[in-house]
Amino acid sequence: MALLELRNVSKIYHLGGEEIRALDDVSLDLEQGEFVSIIGPSGSGKSTLMHILGCLDSPTRGNVVLAGTEIARASARELARVRNRTIGFVFQFFNLLPKLNVLQNVELPMIYAGIGGKERRERAEKALEMVELGHRLKNRPNQLSGGQQQRVAIARALVNNPKIILADEPTGNLDTHTGELILALFRRLASEGRTVILVTHNPEIAAVTPRRIEIRNGKIAHQVDAKLAGLDRLPGAAHGGRNP
Amino acid sequence: MSLESPRVPSTELQLTDLPVDKTSLGNAVMVGLKEIWAHKFRSALTMLGIVLGVSSLVAMSAMVQGMENGQREAMLAIGGLEKVRMEAQRVPVEQRHLRDMARGMTLADVEALKAGVPDIEVIAPEMRLELDPTLQANGKYHRTFMTGGILPEKVRIMEHEVEHGRMFNDIDASEARPVCIIGTGIRDELFGRPEDTGAEVVPVGKTMTINGQPFTIIGMFKRYEGEQERKQRLESEAERQRLKSEGKAPPKGPARGQGRSGSFAFWIKNNTVYMPLNTMWHRFQAGLSNAPPEPRLSNIELKVRDFSKIEQTLAKIRNIMMVNHRGIEDFAFRTFEDWSADIDRFVKNARMSGGLIAGISLFVGGIGIMNIMLASISERIREIGIRKAVGAGGLDIFVQILVESTVIAVVGGLLGLAFSRLVVMGIAWVAPTGNNPVITGGAMALAFGFAVVVGLLAGIFPAVKAARMDVIQSLRYD
Repeated sequence: MALLELRNVSKIYHLGGEEIRALDDVSLDLEQGEFVSIIGPSGSGKSTLMHILGCLDSPTRGNVVLAGTEIARASARELARVRNRTIGFVFQFFNLLPKLNVLQNVELPMIYAGIGGKERRERAEKALEMVELGHRLKNRPNQLSGGQQQRVAIARALVNNPKIILADEPTGNLDTHTGELILALFRRLASEGRTVILVTHNPEIAAVTPRRIEIRNGKIAHQVDAKLAGLDRLPGAAHGGRNP
Repeated sequence: MSLESPRVPSTELQLTDLPVDKTSLGNAVMVGLKEIWAHKFRSALTMLGIVLGVSSLVAMSAMVQGMENGQREAMLAIGGLEKVRMEAQRVPVEQRHLRDMARGMTLADVEALKAGVPDIEVIAPEMRLELDPTLQANGKYHRTFMTGGILPEKVRIMEHEVEHGRMFNDIDASEARPVCIIGTGIRDELFGRPEDTGAEVVPVGKTMTINGQPFTIIGMFKRYEGEQERKQRLESEAERQRLKSEGKAPPKGPARGQGRSGSFAFWIKNNTVYMPLNTMWHRFQAGLSNAPPEPRLSNIELKVRDFSKIEQTLAKIRNIMMVNHRGIEDFAFRTFEDWSADIDRFVKNARMSGGLIAGISLFVGGIGIMNIMLASISERIREIGIRKAVGAGGLDIFVQILVESTVIAVVGGLLGLAFSRLVVMGIAWVAPTGNNPVITGGAMALAFGFAVVVGLLAGIFPAVKAARMDVIQSLRYD
């Protein structure tokens, strides 16, 4: 059984009497530990798909089953709980709270999980050490470089030990080298058994993942799975020749 | 929809809501305080309404409390609520044809009441001079209207205290000796104020004439004054001491008649001259050509034992009096219940009107808070989006905004409590009254409670708005 299953999912908006199908009958299985990229130009429905995968939004039609639980019709409050426990978000613009320091930013998801102050601090420190920022706990986000900010965001995404990491253009605001480091971090997270979903419009970035899903006009236009094709056993092939 | 799928493999995916626990509430308070600190000027302006509302509520209540205390003090000074006064009055019109049979109030009435009404704790008759007598002593004249012949019980009922000399005794009374006991007001007029002479003046043993008849002053009551008057007097005394020690000539005392600016009740009490009832009868009335055959009393004052039964007691007294007076109603009752009710009504009205104004100020303060919270959430749409993305539910955001607005109100309320002292001092300085404003804990608690409630109410609408924000749109907002 897949960790996250989408069955005939559609998202339909009505704009001035016109029906817009942002997602049109999409079915998709994501397994535990998978490193997958979702690629597509803007307006393709890529963002809508990401919102549904990230439990930020509910589909108009179809089913979403996460860890065996049907969540397509869950209330906003229930979705908030699911996001809190199961999904870690990494955004293009980092989305750290500027008034909080690094440690407080990382503690944020645990506050909403109702975790006590001492444990919160310990876990946040551990997560920050994992992204090699254990020495910047008291800094404000604006005192950090882009790469450091993104690592704080990753620490925040990891701190509730989620099954899924959803990264929306995580390297979009970073230079190539820093971006590669971040991608390497994602690869490691996937190898530890987390499902990492990378949403990007950049085919080069998408090339680092074994599985690539291309969205066009609200449908899955193309899917490549290096594992299924056995390509991942070729030296260097699985990661698009970018394996550092 | 039901989400309790039996297929859930791990406990991590619990969709039930967690209650807002302590850590998160404490955290929300911290966030609120930080928000206030981050926008100091804006927060200060926002709080101003609450500060003014709370302080005016407390100050208003302090002023009213001061006035009430002053009134009650005065009432107690003349005997309190339990006191009932019977005064001689003219025979009512419908009984006019019987007026020759009216005997007026006499000592026989006093004896009858003493014997017949056990609920009377103390009863004291008084015989007054019909016209205000002229007092003369020390080469000075003074007219007073509080000159009465009494029995010693009167002193108890009026709560007089003899401070110098002695009270007249039975021998003084039975021999109708020309002795009297005076209040400090009489002393001030005839023998000089201690403020002017710099030392206590005790005219005990001196002679004073009342309407030309010489009397020996055998005692003097203590000085009666309200809290405020005492304070002023002690201050001016200290001031004089200081001037003296510096070798300067002390000024000629405070302005004359200053005692009158205080409570009238105390002034009256200080201007008393008492002599034995028998002395009054024999020296001033018995010899007159139109004198009644037996001593006629001007009034009888009595104190009931149990105020809660005053109605029954008064009825009993009235029955006995009516029998004694052969049904002729040449006396009337006066109680202080009316006065007490007046005080209550006045206090209630003052509280209502003052409270209304202060309440409007608090309301306006609440609108200010709501306004600033609305501005604050539209500034923080993205923050709200991020918080929601990492798992904050609508309730969490709701509580956060509500806590922030309440924190503003609480801080404003505390500042208002501190500020209210200044307001009270300012009002007392601008418009001095005989009554010291009294800030009560109850008023402070009430005002503060109101401020908190206003903060909570003002936060509800912005909090609902923030809680309902769409995650995706707030995340995109910049």
